[in-house]
Amino acid sequence: MAVLLETQNLCKSFGALEVAREVSFRLERGARHALIGPNGAGKTTIVNLLTGVLQPSRGRVLLEGEDVTALAQAKRVKRGIARTFQINQLFRGLSVLENVCIAVAERLGAGGSWLRPAGSRADVIGEAWRLLEMLKLGSDAGRRVAELPYGRQRLVEIAIALGLSPRVLLLDEPAAGIPSAESHILLDAIATLPPDIAVLIVEHDMDLVFRFARRIIVMVSGAIFAEGTPAEIAANREVRSVYLGSALDA
Amino acid sequence: MSPVERLAERHHLRWWESLPWVAALAAFFLFPNHLAFGTQLLITILFALSLDLVLGYAGIITLGHAAFFGAGAYAVGMLAQHAGWNEPLSGLVAAALVAGAIGLASGLVLLRTHGLTLLMLTLCTMALLEESANMAHHYTGGFDGMPGLTFQPIAGAFAFDVLYFRPQYLYVLAVLFGCFLLARMLVHSSFGQSLTGIRENILRMHAVGAPVRARLVIVYTISAAMAGVAGGLFTQANAYVNLSTLGLERSAGVLIMLILGGHGRLYGAFVGAVAYMMLEHFLARAYPTAWQLGVGLMLILVALYARNGILGFFKQKTA
Repeated sequence: MAVLLETQNLCKSFGALEVAREVSFRLERGARHALIGPNGAGKTTIVNLLTGVLQPSRGRVLLEGEDVTALAQAKRVKRGIARTFQINQLFRGLSVLENVCIAVAERLGAGGSWLRPAGSRADVIGEAWRLLEMLKLGSDAGRRVAELPYGRQRLVEIAIALGLSPRVLLLDEPAAGIPSAESHILLDAIATLPPDIAVLIVEHDMDLVFRFARRIIVMVSGAIFAEGTPAEIAANREVRSVYLGSALDA
Repeated sequence: MSPVERLAERHHLRWWESLPWVAALAAFFLFPNHLAFGTQLLITILFALSLDLVLGYAGIITLGHAAFFGAGAYAVGMLAQHAGWNEPLSGLVAAALVAGAIGLASGLVLLRTHGLTLLMLTLCTMALLEESANMAHHYTGGFDGMPGLTFQPIAGAFAFDVLYFRPQYLYVLAVLFGCFLLARMLVHSSFGQSLTGIRENILRMHAVGAPVRARLVIVYTISAAMAGVAGGLFTQANAYVNLSTLGLERSAGVLIMLILGGHGRLYGAFVGAVAYMMLEHFLARAYPTAWQLGVGLMLILVALYARNGILGFFKQKTA
């Protein structure tokens, strides 16, 4: 299958501290990958390098074969790389619908328009509403985000990312802070993602990872430690000893 | 009403939005002896409105907004004094262009920073302009400013009246109305929505692909131009300009007004400016040496009981 996103020998250092070392992997169209590893392994750093929040010390990021390493975050978003955050980054004082409208408006190029009222953009509002319905957030559309339970806010994060109509979606610990009894809501939401977009999920919840991912990358100390199918990773003794054993037993 | 309908109708005009304008017109007939005060009040509302665009909507913290008010005021004054350009409407255009250009130039540098650094840099910009105006006394009149300026009649028909301010009042009200419509259109547009997004969460706005800094520079420039128009009106209405137009007192005063009225609401500028200036007007008559104590007490009350200003307080009570 065609490679959508590729990293080549990605390295990132903060002074003497190497947080990413020679990280190379590929995401094909429709990929469902998970990036796992102990705290401090460099998973969020990889997401930040892919989205342009951080510039790598060395290495390249390719999107459909084109080098996007030097592109700013906003330009990468326009090319189809969207993300969610480990800690919710929402417009807390605005309604759920407005949160998604802002993302959709940016994608449709309406965000800089002064002359036309935002409320008259039926295309923007209609698409935002459709996404909220898809994620079963329609009943909360008029509520301020700050008033929502945390789990619902995580879904708004995903709705905003989907509003950008991404080709590559990076979900940074989407289940963080959600009670395990409610994680099925998230799984349902992930299951509804369009099949042609590539999804990379960074997650500690192994139940969610093994139910979602078709391929798993294990990072330890800034480097890729192992990569394979869920069955291969679960059977890997070394992975079990450095990370998975404790996570699976938990 | 569904959330979609509510959002789709938000920009529609409401009946109560006519109230400030009806009140302003009524004041023209009811208080003919207070039109000088009324004119200053309308100019201050316009200045507060310009600050609301950057502070209330885009979340840009500034203590130097008087830099643009002063730039507009001096542009009009210097053109009238040295170039004989004293046609009022084109003078306002010049004021907007000069203040907007300064806003654009300073915004390109300042808006790379945020928080306290930004606050201090806005203050520095204003101090630089104030000192420049003070030092260039050949052109600006220095500390004494430029008194006794003369302007052509408004639209060639209505002469400025330095005693009763009747033409000035209506002229300033008309300009305020035009600027208000522009500000209203701006904040209800998708651009305005994105500014609110920047104020709420700048990190997320970057992550949705918005050109955050460009948007901030644009609104900063528009706001500066609007403040410049307010400054230009000040010079034309009063027939003088001096260093007070560029001082910290003016910047801090307008900031207090916006906090009093409620920022990020457009009409907060109206309520805050009226509350502050009425309080100042009447307290200064009753207690000429201690009127600021009353303003201070009111600020404390607002900080304690109405964190979103007077309008926010009423909205909370009626919700």
